[in-house]
Parts: sequence; C-alpha cells; structure tokens
Amino acid sequence: MAATVKAIVISGYGTNCENEVAYACRTAGAQTDIVHISALLSGRVKLADYHFLNLAGGFLDGDDLGSAKAGANRLLHAEIKGEKRSLFDDIRAFIAAGKLVMGVCNGFQLLVKMGLLPALAGDIRQSCTLTFNDSGRFEDRWCRLAVNPASPCVYTRGLEQLYLPVRHGEGKFITDSPATLEQLQLQQLDVLHYADKQGDATMTYPDNPNGSIAAIAAVCDASGRIFGLMPHPEAYLHRTHHPRWTREELPEEGEGLQLYRNAVHFIQQEFDVV
Amino acid sequence: MIWRVVAGLKPDVTDVRGERVCRDVRRHLGVELTSVRTQDVYTIDAGLSADEVHAAAYGPFCDPVIQDVVVNDLLHPDFDLLIEVGFRPGVTDNPGRTAKEALQYLTGRSLDADEGVYTSTRYLLKGTTDKQLAERIAAELLANGLIQRWSIHTREELVSAPPVDSVPRVADSILATEVQTLDLQVEDAELLRISRDGMLALTLEEMHKIRDHFTDPQVLARRRECGLGDRITDVELEALAQTWSEHCKHKIFAAKVLYEDESGNRQEIDSLFKTFIVGATREVRKNLAHRDFCLSVFKDNAGVIAFNDDWSLVFKVETHNSPSALDPYGGALTGIVGVNRDGMGTGMGARLIFNTDVFCFASPFYEHPLPPRLLHPRRIFEGVVEGVEHGGNKSGIPTINGSIQFDERFAGKPLVYCGTASFMPRRLHGTPAHEKKARVGDHIVMTGGRIGKDGIHGATFSSEELHEGSPVTAVQIGDPITQRKMFDFLLVARDRGLYSSITDNGAGGLSSSVGEMAEDTGGFELHLDRAPLKYPGLRPWEILISEAQERMTVAVPPDKLADFIALAKEMDVEATDLGTFTDSGNFHCLYQGKTVACLTMDFLHEGVPQMVLPAKWTPPQVKEPVLPMPADCGAVLQQLLGRLNICSKESVVRRYDHEVQAGTVIKPLTGVANDGPSDAAVFRPLLDSFEGVVVAHGICPAYSDIDTYHMMACAIDEGLRNYVAVGGHIDHVAGLDNFCWCDPVLSEKTPDGPYKAAQLVRANQALYDYCVAFGVPLISGKDSMKNDYQIGDRKISIPPTVLFSVIGRMDDVRKAVSMDVKRPGDLVYLLGPTRDELGGSEYYAHCGELGARVPQVDAPSALKRYRTVNLAQQQQLLASCHDLSDGGLGVALAESAFAGGFGLRVDLERLDAPADLRTDTLLFSESQSRLLVTVRPQHQSAFEELFTGQSCALIGAVTETELLVVDRGADKDIIRTPLARLKQAWQAPLKEM
Repeated sequence: MAATVKAIVISGYGTNCENEVAYACRTAGAQTDIVHISALLSGRVKLADYHFLNLAGGFLDGDDLGSAKAGANRLLHAEIKGEKRSLFDDIRAFIAAGKLVMGVCNGFQLLVKMGLLPALAGDIRQSCTLTFNDSGRFEDRWCRLAVNPASPCVYTRGLEQLYLPVRHGEGKFITDSPATLEQLQLQQLDVLHYADKQGDATMTYPDNPNGSIAAIAAVCDASGRIFGLMPHPEAYLHRTHHPRWTREELPEEGEGLQLYRNAVHFIQQEFDVV
Repeated sequence: MIWRVVAGLKPDVTDVRGERVCRDVRRHLGVELTSVRTQDVYTIDAGLSADEVHAAAYGPFCDPVIQDVVVNDLLHPDFDLLIEVGFRPGVTDNPGRTAKEALQYLTGRSLDADEGVYTSTRYLLKGTTDKQLAERIAAELLANGLIQRWSIHTREELVSAPPVDSVPRVADSILATEVQTLDLQVEDAELLRISRDGMLALTLEEMHKIRDHFTDPQVLARRRECGLGDRITDVELEALAQTWSEHCKHKIFAAKVLYEDESGNRQEIDSLFKTFIVGATREVRKNLAHRDFCLSVFKDNAGVIAFNDDWSLVFKVETHNSPSALDPYGGALTGIVGVNRDGMGTGMGARLIFNTDVFCFASPFYEHPLPPRLLHPRRIFEGVVEGVEHGGNKSGIPTINGSIQFDERFAGKPLVYCGTASFMPRRLHGTPAHEKKARVGDHIVMTGGRIGKDGIHGATFSSEELHEGSPVTAVQIGDPITQRKMFDFLLVARDRGLYSSITDNGAGGLSSSVGEMAEDTGGFELHLDRAPLKYPGLRPWEILISEAQERMTVAVPPDKLADFIALAKEMDVEATDLGTFTDSGNFHCLYQGKTVACLTMDFLHEGVPQMVLPAKWTPPQVKEPVLPMPADCGAVLQQLLGRLNICSKESVVRRYDHEVQAGTVIKPLTGVANDGPSDAAVFRPLLDSFEGVVVAHGICPAYSDIDTYHMMACAIDEGLRNYVAVGGHIDHVAGLDNFCWCDPVLSEKTPDGPYKAAQLVRANQALYDYCVAFGVPLISGKDSMKNDYQIGDRKISIPPTVLFSVIGRMDDVRKAVSMDVKRPGDLVYLLGPTRDELGGSEYYAHCGELGARVPQVDAPSALKRYRTVNLAQQQQLLASCHDLSDGGLGVALAESAFAGGFGLRVDLERLDAPADLRTDTLLFSESQSRLLVTVRPQHQSAFEELFTGQSCALIGAVTETELLVVDRGADKDIIRTPLARLKQAWQAPLKEM
C-alpha cells in the first residue's frame, strides 16, 4: 500500500481549534492526528513521521506574555525527554526536509515569534510581530481577503480572493523596519491582504480589522511552504459556516478548504504519496 | 534577590492601551492629559543569575520588534507622574504564573514554591503633576482596590530615590496550622456572634441544631473514638456552614412556605423546588412517555438530555452576581470558567461546546451619586464583559447566545448569568456516561490548580446581602489556561477509564465536592495536609473550604491510581491523592495524621432544619395610564430602538468568539451586513453531521413589578418562541430556570419579605403551569436569593428576575431560518393575536409609566402555532422568522427590515387584533407568542394552508425601497422612515462601549 499524506495538529496549553483544523486536513485527504504537545515532548510521537504540521488557533498560555510568546519560549527551550533537542530543533529539521507548516491565528503568532516567518534570507530571528488591534479589542468579524497572485505560497495557488473570519485581539502585523517590509513585498511574501468591497487592499476599519501595515493578513517564507495567517480558513469549510448562508447562493464547500487541498496536493506531488 | 524587568512599547509605536486610558480620563474625569504610555513589569523573586534574568527579559518577557526592555532601571523616563498597579498578595496573577513557567523552561530547572514572578502595570502620565488626580485615575479607572494596590510617583522621586521594591508575597502566618475548638454551650447572643464574626451565615436555629448535636452522648462517644474532644473544631463548624449555606442547600426553595393569596386562601407548600420544579418535570416526563428525552435531571452538576442515539447534551446556567459586584472582571471570569466545570463534572465528564451569557446592569450612563461600595455601572459593564470574554475566548468555547437587560435597580447588584452546554457519548466503557458512582476504596484525587485563600467563604458570602464587611477573599480570578490543560487531561483519562466519578470544586471547595461524592459510599477520609497549596500558611479549615478555582475532584480506583497520576504528570497537570472514600459513615478530615473533623454524613447532609417562610400576595396598586396619542409614531419607534433594552449589543457580541469549534450555524449577528440580531443560535456539534443544537432564552424582569406569575409565563414563552423562530424542534426542548430574587425572608431588614416570598410562589406556579402546558421538562437550574444591597438606611433590591434558558435540537441545520428579510416581493405575515397588553412594556417605560395590563400567555394556542412553524420550516416555506418581544411589532418590523437591507410596507388594519385598539398599542404592545415571518409568493398557498384556523395575518410585503412604511387602512404613512435612520438609532447607544 502506498504511503499517505500525514498531517499533525498540535494541541494543548491553550490551543483551541485543533478539531476543526484536523477535520479540514482529513476532508482534504490527509491522514491526520491531533497530538498533545506533551506527547511530542515525551518523545512518544515524532514530528518527522508527518508531512504537514498545523499550528492551530487558540491562546497558548493565555497569551499572558503577549500573543504566543510563552508558547514560543516553550518550543524553543523545552527539551524532548531523553534527547538534547528541543521541539524547535525538530521543526527546523521538518522544514529543512521540504515539508509544510501552516499556522493560523495563534499559530501564525507563534511562527512569527519563533522567527520562522518570514525568515528573510533564511534568517531565523523575529523581524515582525502581531500585536494589539488598533481598536484595542478582540473582534470576531468576517473579512474579504485579496490573494497576492505573485506569491510563492503553495496554499493559495489558483485562488484570487477569500472570505474568512478573523477572531483575535492581537492581529496587527508590524515589521521591525521599513526595509523588512520592503523585502517582504519585493519577494511577494505578503500572501493575503485585507480588502474592501472592490477587492483592493485597505487600511480602513473595519475592512482592515486590526490596522496591519500594508493590510497584510498573511505571510509565507521564500519557499512558500511555511505559511501563517490571521483569518481562520478552518472556520469556512461548509456553506453553513458563511454568515449569510441563509440569504445567498453559495457552493456547498467553503472557501477555506482549498488551502488544505492545495497543501495535500503539494505533498502528494513532492513526496510521492497519496 | 529581587529583579524588576520593565518592558514597554518603543516610543514610536502607538500604545492603544495608553490611549484608551487617556480617553477615559478625558471622558470620565474631564481632564485632558498630554499622553499616557503603559509598561509591563515583571518582579522576579527567585534565585536567578543576572544572565538568566537578561535572557528572560530579552526573550519571553518582551517583543523585540515593538518593545524596549530594561532590568532594575527606569524605561523611557519621559513622564510627569507614574502610577504602578499590581495585585494584592494572594490574588491570582495569571501572567505571573505563566512568566514563572517561562523562566523554568528557559533555565531548565524548576523554581521553588516560594519563588515567583509578580506582574504589574505602569502608567506613565504626561501633562499633570497632580498626585490627587493620579489617585483618582488609579482608584476610579485603572484599579480595583479590593484586589489591586497602586503607588504613585513623580519622575523626580523615582530618579533621586528609587522606592524599595515590594513583592506581593503572602506573608506566613505562624499559627497557620493550629486547629481551634469552640464552646457552643453558650448564650444565644454568643452563638450569633460566632456565626457573624466567622462569616458563617448560620441562623440561630441552625446554631442551636449544631449545639444540641454536640451534647448527644452517642455523638460524643464517636468523636472520642476519632481522637476528638467534646467541642466542635473550627474545621467542623466551617464545613457545616458551607454545606448548610443558602448557596449549597437552597434553603429558601426547600422551605415550608405558608402562602396566602389575594382572596385569603391559604396553602402550605412543602418546598417550592420539589412542588413546582421537580413536580413539573415529573408531570412532563409522564406525558412524554416513550418520547421522554431526559437522561439526568437535578441530581448532577448539570442536566442531561438525549441528542441522538449516540450522543447526549448537557446544559447548565449559573449566576455569579455577588463576586461580580465586587470585582466585575474576576467575578465574571470566574463565573464562566466555573460553569464550564459543571459540564466537565457532569456524569463522567463532557466536552464543552458553547457558552451563553445574559447580564443585567444599571445604565452605563448612570449619572446619580452612588452609595458606598458600589462600583459605577459602566465599570461593572466593562469588567463583566471583559471577564466573560477572557473566560470564553481563552477556553476555546464559542459564546453563541445572550442578552443584556437594563434597570436602575441592578446598580445594587448586577446579575451575571453564565451558561455552558457540553456534549458526551451516550455510553462509555459499556455504561451510560451520564451516570457515575464513587466506590469504597477509591482514592480522592484533586486535579488542576492549587489551593489558596481565594474564594474563602464564597458560599456563605453570596448567601448574604452586600454589606460593609463583605470579604475580599470572596473574590477570585479564574485561570482559563490551567483549567483548559486540566480538561484536556481529564477527557483522555475519561476515555481510558481511569476514574469512577468526578465533580467540580465550586462553592464550599473540597468540603462540598468530597462531601457530595462520598454520599455514594457513605464516608471518606481526607488528609488536608496533602493538598498542594499556592503558598504556605493556610489553616486546615481554609484548605477544606477554599474555593480556589480550576480544580476537579476525581474518584480513582486503587488499580488505576498509578496510571492516572502518570498521565497527569505527562500532560503537565497537578493531581494529588488526598485520601479515600469509605463506608464509615463519617466526614473525616485529618491534618498531619491527626483528626481535625469527624462529623456524621447524615448530620452534615440531612441535619439542616427546614425554614418556614411566610408569603402573602397583595396585588400591587397598578393602573393603566392615559397617554396622548403620539403625533409621530416613526419618531417614537426610533426612540424605542435606541433604548438600552432594545438597542444593538454588537460591540459586546463581537468581543466574544462565537465561531471557534466551527459549529455555529445561526450566529448571534446575521443579515446582509452581518449585524442584525438573531433570535437564537444553532450549533452543529459534529462536523460530519447536519443535526443541530438550538439554544435560546427568555427574560423579562420589567413585568415583575405587575405580577411575577406573568413575568415567568412570558419568560418561558419568549425562550420558546426564540427557539422555534430559528427552527428548534418544539417537541424536543428542555428548560433551565435561574431565579435571581431579592431576599424574601421576613426579618427586621426585610419587612416586605412576605410580599417578595409571594412573588416567588407566583413565579413558581407559572413555571409549573407553563412547563406542563408546553411539555417542556426542566433539567437543571439555580437560584440566587439575596440580591440586595444594604448599607445604612440605603437598600436597593433588584426586580425579581428569572432567566429561562432552553436547549433542544433540530434534525437538519440546513433548514434553519434567520430573522432578516430576504428579498423584495416576499409576503409579510404576523402569527398570533395582538392584544391591549402594554403593561411593563418598553413603550410605557419610555413614557415613564408601568401600566397594569401585563402580557399573558395562551399556551395551548401558542404550542399549536409553534408546531405549525416547525412544519413550515421543514417544508422550507419561511424566508425569515423573527420573534416579537421588547417594543412589539414596530421594533420587530424595523429589525427584520434593516437586517435584511430591504424595506417593508405593512397595514395595521390587517392585524388579528380588536378593532378599537389605538395605533400605538398595535405597534408597541408586547403580546406574547407572536412571530413575524416572510414567505416567497410561490409558497403562499402552502403556507396559508398550514395555518388554516390559526391566527395568521398577511400584513404586507417586502419592498425594494429601503423604507419602513406603516399604514392603517386609509390612514397612510403612519410611519415612513428610511432604514438607515432606524438602524442608526438602534446601533448608536452602545456602539462605543
């Protein structure tokens, strides 16, 4: 029997969206496990056995030290039992093996704060952040997103626009310098932009719900395989997830699912699995 | 050594938090500051090296992209005044706990229990050197003196002589472990003093009962066997006070009520709870016969009903009023994470699927002076909303249904209702999952958080009115992440079959949780000294009754204990073996091997004497006002839409994640612009199935001032019609009653006790009558009976309020109906008759009147209507469906129209109503059981056929033009108002909250 695409969704310590992310991965065709972080730290489960790592939304450690800060600290410093390695070392090896990592919301914050995104020129250092919305409030709100067609992102291939909810208090994307932003844009790593009714990137609230610079809602690394986004694709898998499904003609399948289908398709091509 | 790490946003980064403080100072204190910047301080009290502290400062404690950080120094000292706000010793400091964990990961070693990190916030003010102003800013805007403390310094003071760092460590108490005994063979005055000074809330009669128990030779002999003397220990007295508290024993609902109605008819009611609540459910279940869907009612932490053959549904709603009055944020946060534990502690434990929340406040724009110790309603509003936001969002549970009620009397005590539904398999390991039983020999294992002084006397405190000496320790701050970790662990342990029973630690702490579980076996032996503590210095009785949060008590069989503890350790959850369940008949506590409490289980659980409660119903003197006919009904409609009880709550709703878990099908906000008010929520708990859970509620305290009987009937009907409006199956729905009352017990403080008790009786009578008539079983509920404020001569009693929550199912969520009109040309129908029922209405309140003709519910015709609506929904004949409640038809028309983005033209002449009713009555009467629906023209005949013989009036049509137009026969354009104007009026009041 041919090997299958294997996805892992990490849970625990305040991760909240693991079930719907796993459901999205399965619907897209991946064999999927939800794995508590303690099972990885105990060495019982090995990250290397998977192709597609999902860091789901939630509030790691309550975001008590700033969104995902304490969570990033754990991955960076907690050692896997009996090994002189951290989970962070395993994630870097996972990335080096050409595999896929997607972080949604808190997962995006985690990737950014570990320095894995955008990792310009391969530099693993925090150069961007996601901080408090300009409104100063957590907000649950559906947003129009314009897809950057020139982005190397493997998840958004073939897509032009998306409609997804944001649900965060710390989603404002900022870079450490204008140069970083320029590099990001030059390399087309700014995958998604908050958009207005015309589909153009906007800085106007509430279309841009948090005040992100250059209306950036998602970024990827230069390989396009490491992808983080504030909006929740796993929250729109079926038409009944759409806030206006009772009044609009919509396809049965939700727009968020395509991101997972693209990921699975990429793995099938690259790793010769089904 | 003590280190101070200070992190603050770089000077060029916008400080949203600081800007909000600046705005609040301008708005509420009338002072214009130049700027306010904020900084986070981590005070580290631990044996770390300078290198380690620097690694933490530049690692987990700051965000290098936007923040600068210093150690033991001032950061960005460009300010005039600095206010630093930190917690008082012993108050839960969640960021501090997380920071300590981060240090442990970073250094690779664990810190001791007496080492810690304490967080505080600095506010750097520019534009004032007035320390008195800073004091007001701290006290009125930034901090709550009950749980926080602050210091104020000028820049010069800090530069020239930095203050000595103070650490809010809990000071050790030398006498901590001592057990005291009390002599109860004393005068009555002394007995009362013991009760009052100890915050025990025990009455003289109860103190007598305890005193007499301790003279029984058999009891004394038994005590000697355990190594105890004749006198009661403080541990025992505290345990009795907790167990016998109003909060735990519901003595008012269990009382013998001597009721006299307005005609002088007398009736003796032996327990309102047993007679009306349990009685209604018994009757309903009998009538349901083979269709009975109840699985577990009243006996567990939450009620359980069948969802389908494989799954069951668990629901519980709690109140957390008293703590929210003192510390709105902590009180509400604890409320939501507390009710979450009820679901987790029901049966063998259930996965939490959604929260509901209903608040009752005074106006946040309240402008009169407030009596002492009351927080301004705006602070209560903001704190409660934020507390429930953090509790729900951080726990990953969507908040999908709720409302906010306003009445000035809620300034005395806000009501904070928090509900949680959860989901469990029908069977686990071959037995029904909603059943559980601790067995003799099972270990008592406490999991989750540690015990501190927080929440001591919570149960007895909430059994009293808010007064001058209300204790600070009654306030707690929940910790959603510690609880989330524990729940993740417990669900794994449940599925592996590692325990035989589980319950939560809420009111009364271990005393209640272990005491209740031990009823299965008939006794227990509990070693209090084995319990993990947050800090040293707790007395044995404090360990027993502390209400420290995030703890569950589990009965673990001896052969599973090692596996249970090992799994907990792997998942980073604390689990401690505290003793065993026995069949000794004793409530037996030890400390360091020595017995400190030995009560019989019987006395503890059955000993409390039954209260006798006089109740006399004297109908209030109310009359219908004579009001002039308004000149412009459109203007009145706009004013009603802008009333607090009607206006949009979007600013609050958006702060709650209502979509996590990907199950929310009918969301709280709906319509063309995602901002219309949904009647109820529909949730899909299984992602691969279209079966749905439907949840809704009814609450109408305004009617209580006329007659609580009809208030209750209307709340039940409102809950059910909201439920039916979206598609809930009327024959598979259960109810939960949450009574919040003002003290109904006759006393010097409460001379009108018999009237308030009679109001309680009448509400219960209606509860019975209407639940039986509608066929709705009650599965759980709660009462909070002391919602009064009394200091000096000033007494504020809340209006009697019942939240009636309903939960049920629908077969296919794809047939759910939302409230927004869908397309021009659709026909508009009003289902149900309109009567002259403006008593207690929003319209009368707007005119400064109460009125007399309160709405009354005709259950048989309503039930028939709701069943027919279900049929129409199954045949997908309804384009929209919206319930009529506050503000009547006028408000419902406006809401459905602006939510849908299309106009309406209706004719009041076509209503099913007496011909002589005035136009304002037709528009604003709050007659119950009515629904506004729109239907596509091609479904007209099928729809009308379904409703043959029922009250069903075709009153108009949906129009392309964005106008609400209301005619009455030849009298055209009684209302002709653009939707944008109506929507603006509806959205404006709470937009900025």
